[in-house]
Amino acid sequence: MRPFVYEQPTEISTAAAMASRFTRRDDQPTRANAQFIAGGTNLADYMKLGVAQPDRLLDLNRLADPGLRQIRVTDDGIRFGALVRMGEAADHPDVKRRYPVIADSLKLAASGQIRNMASLAGNILQRTRCEYFRETSWACNKRVPGSGCAAMEGFNRQHAVLGASDACIATYHGDFAQALMALDAIVHAEGARGARNIPFAKLHRQPGDTPHIETDLAADEIITAIEVPAIPWARRSLYLKIRDRESYAFALASAAVALDLDGDGVREARIALGGLATVPWRAGKAEEVLQGKPLDEHSATIAADAAFADAVPRQHNAFKTELGKRTLVRALLETRDMKV
Amino acid sequence: MSQPSALSATGLNRRSFMTGTASAAAAVPLLGSPVKAEAAHGSGAELRQPVVTSLRINKQSYELSIDPRTSLLDVLRDHAGLTGTKKGCDHGQCGACTVLVDGKRVLSCLSFAVMNGGKEVTTIEGLASSDGALHPMQQAFIDHDAFQCGYCTPGQIMSAIGCVNEGHAQSEGDIREYMSGNICRCAAYPNIVAAIMQARDETKGA
Repeated sequence: MRPFVYEQPTEISTAAAMASRFTRRDDQPTRANAQFIAGGTNLADYMKLGVAQPDRLLDLNRLADPGLRQIRVTDDGIRFGALVRMGEAADHPDVKRRYPVIADSLKLAASGQIRNMASLAGNILQRTRCEYFRETSWACNKRVPGSGCAAMEGFNRQHAVLGASDACIATYHGDFAQALMALDAIVHAEGARGARNIPFAKLHRQPGDTPHIETDLAADEIITAIEVPAIPWARRSLYLKIRDRESYAFALASAAVALDLDGDGVREARIALGGLATVPWRAGKAEEVLQGKPLDEHSATIAADAAFADAVPRQHNAFKTELGKRTLVRALLETRDMKV
Repeated sequence: MSQPSALSATGLNRRSFMTGTASAAAAVPLLGSPVKAEAAHGSGAELRQPVVTSLRINKQSYELSIDPRTSLLDVLRDHAGLTGTKKGCDHGQCGACTVLVDGKRVLSCLSFAVMNGGKEVTTIEGLASSDGALHPMQQAFIDHDAFQCGYCTPGQIMSAIGCVNEGHAQSEGDIREYMSGNICRCAAYPNIVAAIMQARDETKGA
């Protein structure tokens, strides 16, 4: 691992100013000299592998603002402080009752130890586990812009079928992000130039020609909170995750679903897909298909077909299109049948 | 392209994957680290500066002067001499390095030691009472023969204590789900589950 200087800022503004001072304005957060660390479960791993090479680590765990560590439930919804740990949010009674899709997505992610360490903000910013990204001897446009993509013709069984480009097919592996995507969450961020709110759907960037640009954040911006609006019918929601093994594995396919039902008819459907795309993936076409229709296996299948109409399979991941469709159909029907 | 190859289930056997690794590395020589702005770099002297940090490990205070790169795991084993905590994968995939920090189970391999300043760390060496009586979880692992080679055992025991404290050991299914971050190469899983249920019942209300 490359040597680094360790700092413990106690104010958000100080942390942002430090980051701003040690990075260039156009540095990507993932390639900046100064980088933030919270739980460290992703960054420490990638520093050991040489994938991340910050020479200054700004530890956010000493930030004084108590709101960073709180889950606040109000009439407007629920506000997660950025430093709340995954395990705390998964076990929170109001989260479990009001937004089962959030609690499920967190509970089914990682392991008990990692959920105790990883912050919510760090979790949504986690980087891909593409094998060719992880191992620095391979060509990877995300790690070294312009170097090529070894996954295209390589072992790409776990790679994305949605949102990929000629430059990158790396999967976004997070689970929590799919729930936030489906529920139209807002991310609060604060940087050296001020604070702003980012709709969750705008936080992650599809790879296109610039897969090394992963999010909308600047290198000095710190996520301070994640806000989920009040959606009374989100009690009817769930996260279904399909994996190679029963627990502690990334999704091959997953679906976050929330349904507003009138009998069996769909007033509104919210659908996000995980393990299948390069970024957290809202399946808007599938939602449109279902709106105003009775939800049964037939309509769910039509919605799933719509969700994967633009899927581009590669040599080893072609199975994911069918697996993704079946995952979505099952998630829709299970959500319909929930007792709320 | 979209058809799986007949080579193997994955279309790529181990030998061709390994060959691919070697040739790709040879063919792409320009994969070094990106050049960074020199002015923004920490200076050499600054980067070599050790950090002084205070840790509480098993109720003892340690003042350590360490390279900030040092993991909590390496501090425990190499600086504090507490080799009960094991290094398995060193990448957060196996759970062998599990310890408690402020009572919560975490992976010491993915935690920089300097980030744990002022916190209370408990390792497998800190479980038995001063008269030598084992912690109920340690005794339960012996009673149920919940190991073979024993390498993952300290991590299993620390994780199991965390799991019970979190209230995630209500059922056998719960235990299997919430202990999934601890891998046992000898596959002693049924005995580990039985041991945790025993210790859970013994420590209830304790």
